[in-house]
Amino acid sequence: MMRPHTESLVVRFIARRSVPFIQLFALYVVAHGEDGPGGGFQGGVIFASAFILLALTEGWGRGRSRMPEPVSDALMPAGALLYAGIGLVALLLGGGFLQYASLAVGGDQHAQHLAHHFGLIGIEVGVTITVAGSMVTLFFEMARPKHFLNVPRRRRRHRPDPDA
Amino acid sequence: MILLDVLSALGLLLGTLILIVTALGVVRFPDFYSRLHAAGKGDTLGLAFVLLGLVATAGLSLVSLKLVFIVFFVFVLNPTATHALARGAWVCGVRPWRATGEPFLQREGQMTDEERDEVVDDHTGGA
Repeated sequence: MMRPHTESLVVRFIARRSVPFIQLFALYVVAHGEDGPGGGFQGGVIFASAFILLALTEGWGRGRSRMPEPVSDALMPAGALLYAGIGLVALLLGGGFLQYASLAVGGDQHAQHLAHHFGLIGIEVGVTITVAGSMVTLFFEMARPKHFLNVPRRRRRHRPDPDA
Repeated sequence: MILLDVLSALGLLLGTLILIVTALGVVRFPDFYSRLHAAGKGDTLGLAFVLLGLVATAGLSLVSLKLVFIVFFVFVLNPTATHALARGAWVCGVRPWRATGEPFLQREGQMTDEERDEVVDDHTGGA
């Protein structure tokens, strides 16, 4: 039997308090992907790392409860759908696939310029959502402790974490 | 602004000096805990001096604000990470080094070697 693992109060306090800052930084990285280092993938990884930090300090179960399985399962296809959706809308409006300028129907050159930027940010957000969901799923599935194995999917979420 | 340039140069020099001493400590100290002691403190202070020197160069701007944020977070998070590492090593039974060469006996709250092996087996599935 494993010893009950109790993480230091200092580490738990600092980790909990730094989670919102990590998530804010992830949004910053996504928003600046267009004109600086960063972008959807990096932002998504940073966003997911906030949940991984919680799992490392508070235990697997409590970390997973912040982003339950149905949520991360839904995020993965949602981001891909947003990406493909923006591309298809551009296609339906008479442009090419992912040709953002055609999103501004009947607009002047300035509107097309604006549509280009918004379309780009839109697909970046889509990438972010998918990557964040995938990273969270990858980590939590690989780090699943023994006593969380072979538990029926429905019941898993309501089981208290014996480590906590 | 000659004063700001001097301040910036002082900060960069002092920070670099501290970082060199830190690197020396990490290489030369005998065991995990004393190396962590060098790395945890030296890194934080050295980085802070270097970044504050850069703030003096950048003046009042968005870049300075970001640098100040980095200094703040490093000051909070670096000691926390060091604390977590040292505590983890202690719980897992890493014994401190002794100058006299006498063995450091296992203390309260430390795992024995057998217990640690058991935990490792638990996590790797006994592989």
